[in-house]
Amino acid sequence: MNAVDAVRPADGRGDTLVTVDDLAVHFPITSGIVFRHKIGAVRAVDGLSFTVKRGETLGLVGESGCGKSTTGRAILQLIRPTTGRVLYEGADLAHLRGGALRRQRRRMQMIFQDPYASLNSRMTVADIVGEPLLVHRMLDRSGRRDRVRELLQTVGINPNTLNRYPHEFSGGQRQRIGIARALAVEPNFIVCDEPISALDVSIRAQIINLLQELQRDFGLTYLFIAHDLSVVRHISDRVAVMYLGRIVELAENAVLYGEPMHPYTQALLSAVPIPDPEAEEHRRAVVLQGDVPSPADPPPGCHFHTRCPAMQEGHCDLESPALKEVRPGHFAACHLINAGDYPRIRAGENDLAVVAGSPAEGGAVAAVSDVASEELEMGSSE
Amino acid sequence: MMLAGVYTPPAMGVTTSRLLDITDLSVEFASMEGTVHAVDHVSFAVAPGELVGLVGESGCGKSVTATAILGLTRMLANATVSGRIDFQDRDLLALPESEVRKVRGKEIAMIFQDPVTSLNPVLSIERLMTEGIELHLGLSHEDAVARAIDMLQKVGIPKAAERIKDYPHQFSGGMRQRVMIAIALSCNPKLLLADEPTTALDVTIQAQILRLMKQLSREYDAAVIVITHDLGVVAGMCRRILVMYAGRIVEEGPAKPLFHHPHHPYTVGLLKSVPRLDRPRSDELESIEGLPPDLSHLPPGCSFAPRCWLATDECWQTPPKLFVTGDGRRSACFHRDKLIDLAAAEVTA
Repeated sequence: MNAVDAVRPADGRGDTLVTVDDLAVHFPITSGIVFRHKIGAVRAVDGLSFTVKRGETLGLVGESGCGKSTTGRAILQLIRPTTGRVLYEGADLAHLRGGALRRQRRRMQMIFQDPYASLNSRMTVADIVGEPLLVHRMLDRSGRRDRVRELLQTVGINPNTLNRYPHEFSGGQRQRIGIARALAVEPNFIVCDEPISALDVSIRAQIINLLQELQRDFGLTYLFIAHDLSVVRHISDRVAVMYLGRIVELAENAVLYGEPMHPYTQALLSAVPIPDPEAEEHRRAVVLQGDVPSPADPPPGCHFHTRCPAMQEGHCDLESPALKEVRPGHFAACHLINAGDYPRIRAGENDLAVVAGSPAEGGAVAAVSDVASEELEMGSSE
Repeated sequence: MMLAGVYTPPAMGVTTSRLLDITDLSVEFASMEGTVHAVDHVSFAVAPGELVGLVGESGCGKSVTATAILGLTRMLANATVSGRIDFQDRDLLALPESEVRKVRGKEIAMIFQDPVTSLNPVLSIERLMTEGIELHLGLSHEDAVARAIDMLQKVGIPKAAERIKDYPHQFSGGMRQRVMIAIALSCNPKLLLADEPTTALDVTIQAQILRLMKQLSREYDAAVIVITHDLGVVAGMCRRILVMYAGRIVEEGPAKPLFHHPHHPYTVGLLKSVPRLDRPRSDELESIEGLPPDLSHLPPGCSFAPRCWLATDECWQTPPKLFVTGDGRRSACFHRDKLIDLAAAEVTA
């Protein structure tokens, strides 16, 4: 396969920058020491399809282990997808190799979560930010120096510090350096993988504002991966919610936060604490029982049925729901959503529904005992 | 340098009996870069059964305060501790280690942030749970196991009698945090220190754990100090809030008025910089510019002055003490009246 083969029309819609088509990433579980053989697979990402439009921010939210980071890495081909296609401006990245892939990577960059781990502590700031330029052979030595100064200025770091090492900077400043590195090769598309979770509260807002400013100035497209639903709402144009390797709901920001249809999205949004005691008194959180099942052994049918208060036996636990367009631009994967009608999950009413076991816990069936359930109910009714 | 002056108790009315009374606590660490003032003249009190939130960013001294309350700072060779920590009318800092041991784990228990690293992986849950029960309550092993199973059921561990034989790795993160809560409550503590109890957990699991902690603290009549950077966590759980910045308490007060009308510019900035699900989206977040100060080179005046929009010459020269600003409220700001006036204008508007 060469790059020429991969050039195809851009999905019919001119405004689509990235198309993810039935993407799956399975990590093998092996056994044996000398003769390793595969005994199973962790289905980290299990059949994702979505598009990212040019100039937008698509938020990707979900709890830990739901496969959101793996999705980001698989799009950039940092992890090779098991199956599926990733089209970037019509070119299928999954089949690109070597130089052809590297040339495409100039258009796509990544901002990592942990600014302490993602900067090489033995390199100076100038080397870190200038390295992508070197890899892509973009400028000569003095040109790189100038470009690095300019980039540092852009992200709010004093350009005179370019001979310093990462340990001389605070977490927020390091994240700025990581952002400058991502911007160095003038990409169109940036995958932001939890860019603010490792930062202090008062620093987070600075970095979010910087990312938004850069998007305006350079016309960037973001895939913004995060677990913090309030932050994703603030920054995203559209939002996709993931659960156990699959997208359960995808919609415009205001729609998803205003009228979430999938039971998981409803529960997730109601569980976010609000920094206001008054609002907290009136907030009715749907407290989901049990834990997220293991992606090595996902439950049959809908992945969420083991924790879903609205689960219908004989249907949800057998058939896997497809992600379908339930209203224009609003996608959801739930059997119980029909023609825009959907199950309303209310707190206190269903939240003590049967708890299913987590295979992560050695297969034990985790049913909350009656005693504990009653106590939990008391706790909620106050 | 005396900072807080004479400690004025919070005018709460009901807090006549105090469980914990911290007066002028300072913890300093000797380091290569100089003395690190981790906790700087901190005073506060906790009433029996009270839920208190201790809020601040990393390095503000909130965890070191908890370490000092547990009497663990005495284990640290480079730490210098001064002040008083009166727990049930005995100064823990003055007690010999043998006496503190009778308090630590029994009267004062701790829930740590990371349930993965804070449970010993080579010990079974039975061993982890009964160790404290046998030591502090003097029960036989059989009775201790029975009590442990009872506690595990209380925190919602299914099939507790079987699962007590398991090891920590056989539990998920949320379940491990439940085990930790069971261990902490197993000896009927009067005070529970919860250091970022839900930070390592997912949002749906966080909701479960917060609800459990609140309900159990009431059942066991235990006071809880919730230490966190997440304003949302304490808003739903705590009646009274303490805000720390650079080793000092900068604001204290009952949760509702404090969240609605903060009397310290740092609290104002902190609340504004967090996007909220219950508010309309804004184009830009109001961020606090700059960085927290280096604890080994604190500015001579107010440590928030370099980042504060209200700062004047006065703020750069002397550190403000905690002034009483209302019913049970204190603020360490020279310009607190400006914030109080702003709040009053907002109420009338």
